[in-house]
Amino acid sequence: MNLFDSVFIAKASFIGVIFLITLGVAAYSTYFERKIAAFMQDRIGPDRAGPFGILQPLADAVKMFMKEDFIPANSNKWLFIMGPCLSMLTALMTSAVVPFGDTITIGDVTFDLQGIDVNIGILWVFGIVSLGVYGILIGGWASNNKYSLLGAIRAASQNISYELAMGLSIIAILMMTGSLSTKAIVEAQQNGHWNILYQPMGFIIFLICAFAECNRTPFDLPECETELIGGYHTEYSSMKLGFYLFAEYINMFISGAVMATLYFGGYDYPGIDFVTAQLGATAATLIGAGALIGKALAFVFIFMWVRWTLPRFRYDQLMGLGWSGLIPLAMFNVVVTGLGVLLDQQILIGIGGVVVFIAGIVVYDQLFVKKKLA
Amino acid sequence: MEISNIWYFLSGLTLLSALMVVLAKNPIHSVLYLVFTFFCISGHYVLLNAQFLMAVNIIVYAGAIMVLFLFVIMMFDLRKNQPESKSNLTKLAGSVVAGSLLVVLIALVRQNNFQTPQVQGFVSQTGMVENLGKVLYSEYLLPFELVSILFFVAMVGAVLLGKREAGERNF
Repeated sequence: MNLFDSVFIAKASFIGVIFLITLGVAAYSTYFERKIAAFMQDRIGPDRAGPFGILQPLADAVKMFMKEDFIPANSNKWLFIMGPCLSMLTALMTSAVVPFGDTITIGDVTFDLQGIDVNIGILWVFGIVSLGVYGILIGGWASNNKYSLLGAIRAASQNISYELAMGLSIIAILMMTGSLSTKAIVEAQQNGHWNILYQPMGFIIFLICAFAECNRTPFDLPECETELIGGYHTEYSSMKLGFYLFAEYINMFISGAVMATLYFGGYDYPGIDFVTAQLGATAATLIGAGALIGKALAFVFIFMWVRWTLPRFRYDQLMGLGWSGLIPLAMFNVVVTGLGVLLDQQILIGIGGVVVFIAGIVVYDQLFVKKKLA
Repeated sequence: MEISNIWYFLSGLTLLSALMVVLAKNPIHSVLYLVFTFFCISGHYVLLNAQFLMAVNIIVYAGAIMVLFLFVIMMFDLRKNQPESKSNLTKLAGSVVAGSLLVVLIALVRQNNFQTPQVQGFVSQTGMVENLGKVLYSEYLLPFELVSILFFVAMVGAVLLGKREAGERNF
């Protein structure tokens, strides 16, 4: 019973720490989003609240809480409240299977730096991501507003379309690792054998799908201001709107962590053996957790970079890219990976696949596209 | 907490939400209760140590099919297309048919005396991905492939129905 208690306390405190880190990162993502936007547009950005404006997220939170919490007449009250709650819930649940580090020993108890090590790890992520659309759909429908409904329906069809390509790009990883467990996937990538070297095409497909699943520019059509006012959260105010916006930033951070886990070696970093020899296993593990969070933050930066660089797609372009661009490409990637596993030449055939793909596009472009123009 | 208590709680929740699917007035509420029912069934899969089935059930049913259901129902204008309430005679006939089906099912279960699995020698790892995959791709390979052909036929049919025909658009 004593062992159970200490493991329980360790797990609970670990989950609490991850929760706080996620919320802190999400809060400060809003600040850095503005700073990066300002930098890219040659402005200064928020600089009034505290030094360099670093208290801006607090000021925003206070503003959100002080605003009137308005529920429109003729809306479906319970579902209207349920929408943002579901969004937050699904955003926070994904991090349970992300391995933040190897085992750590405090006193005489050893435990994993991972919420739950289930043997279906990556399917868990996939399942929660596919549920993420309910928060938006329910909120958009319950608002009783045509623009909200249109935004919600766009979100639903976009998520369903890009889930397929995402699943197919994950299949290529599973073929190489032979396990669904996120821990096993990370352990297979230790000592620099990161999956990005073996799966460059799979990573690009996954990255594009992650943009679409997070509803970020260039795929932010569910909240396209010029067409839909505010999209699915048009009728929301106060902290309910805050929850929707917050869930988006949490999703960005967690999807960055998932991408680091799947393609960038998880908690692996160069020189891990040296650090273990010098400072001990616990310090090496903690630095590894820091490395994973750093990689996730790098992805958050890429999300913002793309947002302030690219304009958004048109809706038919979005669907065309998903169904007739990414899904066949992901199928091709699965076949190429299978060939690589069969011939035991994974890096060579992975790069060869990319070359064949680019050559194919160039040939297609030369043969067909110009004829159409002429 | 006893594991059987969890089972009773989960079963009660499943039955309650399944009943609410039928009883809810609003079709959207029905769909949401159905989603919840799928979650409860996934909980049962976890109790049976079949985590793979749990994940697939959530991804396929709760994550994809029910989203499409919700999607289609939201597209209808429900105020204009309210289904007219049935007469008492129809309700009575429906209850009689459903009740007799229930009696038949209960009689079937009582007749057959389903065996409970032996506690000794029970392999708890049956539902894990590796074992499931091995069984599916060796022992049940032919049915598995036939099912995939069935799905393929259904997909071709859907594409054929949805395909835009040549000439003027009529919709």
